[in-house]
Amino acid sequence: MDTESTYSGYSHYSGRSRGSHRHGERSRDRHKSRSKDSRSEKSVTINTPPAEPLLGDSAVRGEQVQDDNWGETTTAVTGTSEHSLSQEDIVRITKDLEDSVGLDCRRYLTRTLAVILGLLVFLTPLAFLVLPHLLWPEKLQSCGTACEGLFISVAFKLLILLLAVWALFFRPARAGLPRVFVFRVLLTVLVLLFVVSYWLFYSVRILDSQDENYQGIVQYAVSLVDALLFIHYLAIVLLELRQLQPCFSVCVTRSTDGEMRHYNLGQLSIQRAALAIIEHYYCDFPIHNPALLSASKSRAAKHLAGLKVYNVDGPGNNAAAGLAHSQSRAMIAAAARRRDTSHNELYYEEAEHDRRVRKRRARLVVAVEEAFTHIKRMQEEEQKKAPGEVMDPREAAQAIFPSMARALQKYLRTTKQQHCHSMESIQQHLAFCITNNMTPKAFLESYLSAGPTLQYSRDHWLARQWTLISEASVTSGLKDGSIFLLKCVDFSLVVTSKKIPYIQMSEEYIDPKSHKFVLRLQSETSV
Amino acid sequence: MSFIPGQPVTAVVQRIEIQKLRQGANLILGFSIGGGIDQDPGQNPFSEDKTDKGIYVTRVSPGGPAEAADLRMGDKIMQVNGWDMTMVTHDQARKKLTKKGEDVVRLLVTRKSLEQVVKQSMCNYPRP
Repeated sequence: MDTESTYSGYSHYSGRSRGSHRHGERSRDRHKSRSKDSRSEKSVTINTPPAEPLLGDSAVRGEQVQDDNWGETTTAVTGTSEHSLSQEDIVRITKDLEDSVGLDCRRYLTRTLAVILGLLVFLTPLAFLVLPHLLWPEKLQSCGTACEGLFISVAFKLLILLLAVWALFFRPARAGLPRVFVFRVLLTVLVLLFVVSYWLFYSVRILDSQDENYQGIVQYAVSLVDALLFIHYLAIVLLELRQLQPCFSVCVTRSTDGEMRHYNLGQLSIQRAALAIIEHYYCDFPIHNPALLSASKSRAAKHLAGLKVYNVDGPGNNAAAGLAHSQSRAMIAAAARRRDTSHNELYYEEAEHDRRVRKRRARLVVAVEEAFTHIKRMQEEEQKKAPGEVMDPREAAQAIFPSMARALQKYLRTTKQQHCHSMESIQQHLAFCITNNMTPKAFLESYLSAGPTLQYSRDHWLARQWTLISEASVTSGLKDGSIFLLKCVDFSLVVTSKKIPYIQMSEEYIDPKSHKFVLRLQSETSV
Repeated sequence: MSFIPGQPVTAVVQRIEIQKLRQGANLILGFSIGGGIDQDPGQNPFSEDKTDKGIYVTRVSPGGPAEAADLRMGDKIMQVNGWDMTMVTHDQARKKLTKKGEDVVRLLVTRKSLEQVVKQSMCNYPRP
């Protein structure tokens, strides 16, 4: 993976920027300090291998020094094509392709099996009713009124069964899970057994003996349809209702920055619980911003690089494990003894950063409020009177955007969010706010606080391929204290579950007349 | 200083005689009382037994007649001029102390240190 990403977030804006003001041009072709794709980390640390004595300075750290003005002084390279891809994109696309083929095969297979089973089940009662007429029509008793009434009931029950089965089973799949859905398989097997046993009975007792009592045959078919409806009821309970009552409280932690959320889940298998958690992740967790993690990485690199260990005993001392062990102990001891002032630096750095963010934010708020005062909505009557300088929302947004662009850019760069928002998306959002009569504060909210992953463009959903890592089998149910990981490319979600305890409640009756009070004083009198 | 209901109350008491001081139209004694059978005994900071509803001295004003007569804060008043103070309401106690016609009040007060002193003296001088 290359560390220099060439996919510039503003490249596709560059084509349109020629007409607008200088402030609006933010095209840059090279990211110096942070990349759009989160996979490449900028801080590179090279540690000395311990067996090489007296080597030169070894720690090379990628500096995270922000030069806030470099964007303005960089020459804008316009004309970059919209279709430039970085290496990461290529890797991602090929991965998507090969995964989707495998999944689709499996999905189609299950679909066709389900359709075949459904047809078999649906046509069985009809077959039961029709076969006697085909095979022994002359021996058959004629169907009386009660029997014909049963035809209507069979018809309607089959219709309801058809609709219900479609509603429960033939919905578009929300996700692809690693293992089969155990309950569905069990239900399929049950239905198959059931239908097969009915056919057995039918073929032996009715077809072979060529029973004349047609009403009995019709009642047999009706009983089959009734039993199928009951199996469907069982399916609803097993598949839908069982997981509704909350039974476990799961704690989901993102491994990179410690964002934690708690959800209540019912009795689910681990893979279905993982699916529910991922759906909640997209809606609840703020977007993963790798640029915010670089500070702690550089601090860690500083800790490591501060000490150099020399082997003065020479290459004769050969026990490699003992060597590494003693050297690591020596390093830890030395690190504990020396005066570490990195906490001081961290404190002042954070204070300085907060101050800078607040200053930029103040400038941004003022700039946006001023920009919004230039736009006024035209009323209907005015529109007819003066059709001069009339703009639609998009043009209005483009007109006022340059005056706030610089302040917004600086703010986003200070809070390291600039790769989440492209020029195009900012202008679209501005046009949206203008159309819906939103205040400047409402426009700014989406930039001041990080929203959930879903709110950003599709490029930021880098994780659509999730891997479930679990020690227990993924089709086994969620238990108290079960732990599993949901890994995607940049980070992983660590999930632990706890069972909601059994609650024993008792009652105590209070007579409403028993609420009585006395006045308790403690007065002090001077004599 | 706790009592057992039905049994006579026994305590080591000290006699204190206070001369009332005339201040304008009033005769004052120079201390404050708290407690009484109509009050909440749990809030009394001076009592050992928090169910004791007796009358306690809560404050002694400095330089007043009570201080001169060696009345201390936290003393429990058992009698005032012969009137019992162990089972009275707060207002009755106040009235007994501030009778207009009297110049002198003779109190019987008890405190924990009195009992200790008596015990110590009994130890030091065992009966022959």
